[in-house]
Amino acid sequence: MPTLTEIMQTMEYGPAPESSAEARAWISAHPQIGHYIGGQFVPGEGAPLEVVNPATDEVLCHVARGTAAEVEAAVQAARAAQPGWAALPGHARARFLYALARHVQKRERFLSVLETLDNGKTIRETRDIDVPLVARHFYHHAGWAEVLDSEFSGLAPVGVCGQIIPWNFPLLMLAWKVAPALAAGNTVVLKPADLTPLTAMAFAEICAEVGLPAGVVNIVNGDGETGALIAGHPGIDKLAFTGSTEVGRILRRQLAGSGKKLSLELGGKSPFIVFEDADLDAAVEGVVDAIWFNQGEVCCAGSRILVQEGVAPRFFAKLTARMGQLRVGDPLDKTMDMGAVVSHRQLARITALLDQGQAEGATLHRAPAPLPAKGAFCAPGFFTGTAPAHSVSQTEIFGPVATTLTFRTPDEAITLANDTRYGLAASVWSENVNRAIEVAAKVRAGVVWINATNIFDAGAPFGGMRESGFGREGGRSGMLDYLTRPNPKGAPRPAPLPVGDVTPQTGAADRPGIDITAKIYIGGKQARADGGQSYTVRGADGRGIGQAALAGRKDVRNAVEAAAKAAGWGGVTAHNRAQVLYFLAENLEQRRAEFVAELARCGSPDSEAEVEATIRRTFWYAAQADKFDGAVTATKSQHVTMTVNEPFGVMGLVAPDEAPLLGLMSLVLPALATGNRVVAVASQSHPLIATRLYQVFETSDLPAGVVNLLTGDRDGLAKVLAEHDEVAALWYCGSAEGGAMVETASAGNLKPVWTDGGHLRDWTDPAQGQGRDFLHRATQIKTIWLPYGV
Amino acid sequence: MTDHFPRMTGTAFTPDWFEAAVVNTPAAERRAASLGTRRTVKKDWQAAWLARAITCIDLTTLAGDDTAGRVQRLCAKAKAPLRADLAAALGLEGLTVGAVCVYPTMVPHAVKALEGTGIPVASVATGFPAGLTPLPLRLAEIRYAVDQGAREIDIVITREHALTGNWAALYDEIRQMREACGDAHMKAILATGDLRTLTNVYKASMVAMQAGSDFIKTSTGKEEVNATLPVSLTMVRALRDFRDLTGQWVGFKPAGGLKTAKDAMNWQILMKEELGTRWLMPDLFRIGASSMLGDIERQLEHHVTGRYSAAHRHALA
Repeated sequence: MPTLTEIMQTMEYGPAPESSAEARAWISAHPQIGHYIGGQFVPGEGAPLEVVNPATDEVLCHVARGTAAEVEAAVQAARAAQPGWAALPGHARARFLYALARHVQKRERFLSVLETLDNGKTIRETRDIDVPLVARHFYHHAGWAEVLDSEFSGLAPVGVCGQIIPWNFPLLMLAWKVAPALAAGNTVVLKPADLTPLTAMAFAEICAEVGLPAGVVNIVNGDGETGALIAGHPGIDKLAFTGSTEVGRILRRQLAGSGKKLSLELGGKSPFIVFEDADLDAAVEGVVDAIWFNQGEVCCAGSRILVQEGVAPRFFAKLTARMGQLRVGDPLDKTMDMGAVVSHRQLARITALLDQGQAEGATLHRAPAPLPAKGAFCAPGFFTGTAPAHSVSQTEIFGPVATTLTFRTPDEAITLANDTRYGLAASVWSENVNRAIEVAAKVRAGVVWINATNIFDAGAPFGGMRESGFGREGGRSGMLDYLTRPNPKGAPRPAPLPVGDVTPQTGAADRPGIDITAKIYIGGKQARADGGQSYTVRGADGRGIGQAALAGRKDVRNAVEAAAKAAGWGGVTAHNRAQVLYFLAENLEQRRAEFVAELARCGSPDSEAEVEATIRRTFWYAAQADKFDGAVTATKSQHVTMTVNEPFGVMGLVAPDEAPLLGLMSLVLPALATGNRVVAVASQSHPLIATRLYQVFETSDLPAGVVNLLTGDRDGLAKVLAEHDEVAALWYCGSAEGGAMVETASAGNLKPVWTDGGHLRDWTDPAQGQGRDFLHRATQIKTIWLPYGV
Repeated sequence: MTDHFPRMTGTAFTPDWFEAAVVNTPAAERRAASLGTRRTVKKDWQAAWLARAITCIDLTTLAGDDTAGRVQRLCAKAKAPLRADLAAALGLEGLTVGAVCVYPTMVPHAVKALEGTGIPVASVATGFPAGLTPLPLRLAEIRYAVDQGAREIDIVITREHALTGNWAALYDEIRQMREACGDAHMKAILATGDLRTLTNVYKASMVAMQAGSDFIKTSTGKEEVNATLPVSLTMVRALRDFRDLTGQWVGFKPAGGLKTAKDAMNWQILMKEELGTRWLMPDLFRIGASSMLGDIERQLEHHVTGRYSAAHRHALA
């Protein structure tokens, strides 16, 4: 023990341990963490797994592995509780959520310590970040429960929600999932990560403490197998998952065709962009909050640092000096910046990636801080000399090490930032507000922090683009993911007429005076199908009424390429897009008679009404083009938090057979109004309407490539679109089997897919065929944080 | 220790080092707020840190009603900042504050009272606190205070130069003040509460260091806003940049508004985290305060006895 005068010279911090006595007593009383099902704590039957404190390697207790029977019981309990929970007045649900928020606050010390023991993250973070955000989430959603009826009128809860959460923010991710689900009137079956089950069980006890009705929250512990049982259970209506992109893909495939709602919050490799006019000290501190936060086990961590070349030497010198101040050790010590990573297995994975990075030629800089002898500790660091081609630049390390790159111009920074399959978050550092907002607008990420990083609030939607998943958590948008619009379900859609007649057909036919050549429409040009084939189209009476181009794989490829090139459409003013749509309506009006006649030949029950509805719908979306706005959200003081509705980019649209004009346009219009470019597959049975439609597009000032129209085998083309990595979202109105097929095929780039389950729809009914739901589905929210202060 | 650190020479006026500088205020505020949550000191370490803080205090009286008697009382406290039994229990006999800080006319009283202790007398000068008397008078005031035995001079800058971006004028003025100080150490008070923006604070810090200040100091204690952590963070980052550019180590003195032992530790953590341990010593770090010492004494008594203390058990300054 040094004397006071010795310490006066060394000025070391000394130990500052947080007491873990109460949390340890709780753990001793819970030697085996079981499940919480229907309001009962049950021990669990499956072979238990060890729960280890990664900072000490000590086995804290065991956790049950949920069995099929236990999942079944939990889903049944949730199902039984759901109608009653949903039937409660919003105010009654608000009282429960408020009680949960209050009780989280009343147990904040216990929960913080328990989380630290289980996960290895520092007590500073559990105490100052995780647990306060948990409480904030329940408060915020108590509010949504209170105002649900007026704010979301016409929407209903989804039902029973399966929720699978990760180990990096165990209690916080629980709150992000449970709070909106309950506020909206759903009940849940939640599976914590097998590595970190403790705070979820403590939360279950809080549910019991506040008297939450039995079955509203059910917790089933276990590993991936238990997760798969929940995901695959026919009794759940929605699955919300946070975790790795790989597991996200598996779940996407598993749920394909199930009709279950899905939201995925997956991995990231988020850019952290430092411009030469940034406050470099602030940016360096940003790195601390980005990649050296939570041991780097953060899906939205700024893990790719991009620095403008001129300031790179100064920036890296400052970063190295700052890294030298980091303290790594006992996470219960209040002076530590970093604790242990979650497990030795995770540590080995990180280490292997770091080795690989060095083998590829990058230089690894590590903090000099000594590491404890025991426990899964990982020295923070960063790479220099990494190139985009290096695997560490592309792979999520999920540890406290960032890669770095330099850039020369803002354009290059944006290009490098977007050179990733992920799109979760981005951080932009510049004192020039013009530049910062330009970059924020152009970077493909669900969350952008300007001169800040890793700031969260329950009112600010959080979620990804691209392979970082879809769906949002937090705010109004997060609530929408737990609500559904109950629409009348039509009869199953009949199979389309075949496309097999590609050889001369000698039967009866309506022949025009001059032969009409129906082509496909790609990049503003009429084109023949690459395969050199057309199929005979038949009218309502079965007679041939013409031939449509039989598009194939390569036509999809060409169409998507043309759409990708037409990126300017998303950048023009909303007024501009509205003008084009109004003009489109005008031109449709001029050719009204022609479309009425063509629809009549297809057997439209009321072709006049369908054309009229199409023109009206075009006006409606023209009107919405400059009105479907984002918002400025009240989050923290002195922060402007903007939510912006951004287009996906290239959307694939597969039109229904019923209402061949109105159905097709009901998909195309919202996509165009919000700034997307589309590759649309026209009705397989009635494709000739598309031929006339592209003539209208051509005369309506629509830039080349913004709409591309294909005709042919619906499901064949849909599959190519679903698999295409450039297509960012897909709407499919075909059969139930086709819906399952495209959902499976979409797992490649995890594009959000919207299908109608293969049910006929009354497209003339505005409640079914147009509305904000369509606009919402055509956009993804980007949340931009801009802290301010002189 | 006070006189051991080499005098600063400053540099030529070099606007390149600060003209493009920007400080992001929300980021500075976030960092300042997290310093005290990322670090803490407990038990013996806390006692040692507080004892170290005492050695850094410029025990100050700067009031219109100062008298020889008032200054003598302050000096007595400066010599024996801890009650004898506490100092003995802590093994800290002989501990003194860093300096005593007074108005120029009070310097002779302080010098006399501190004779033989080695505790330097610091004097404010240059038309403190507004600094708007004519420059020759301000320079004469410095020379007067030095003549009277002040070994440290706390000058105030002309805020107008900073607020109008006339950095060359600011540099020239501080240079002349530095000359007038002779061998006495010069602390440049930036009056950051008047400068308002952190970017201004950074620039003024750089100019003051280029002009040869031995210390830069936040406030006179008379501005509406005195030392804050974000302002201090900005100034110590300027110190670090200046050290990296020149190899010269300039000291830092927050003043005004630091009243509690907790404040002392927050600022010490700031110094250690941003600059390193060396910058915690009194030749590079001073705290301008009067009431803080009393709170530190009570904390140290609690450390010794385990009982919470009361102000009246400790001698007044």
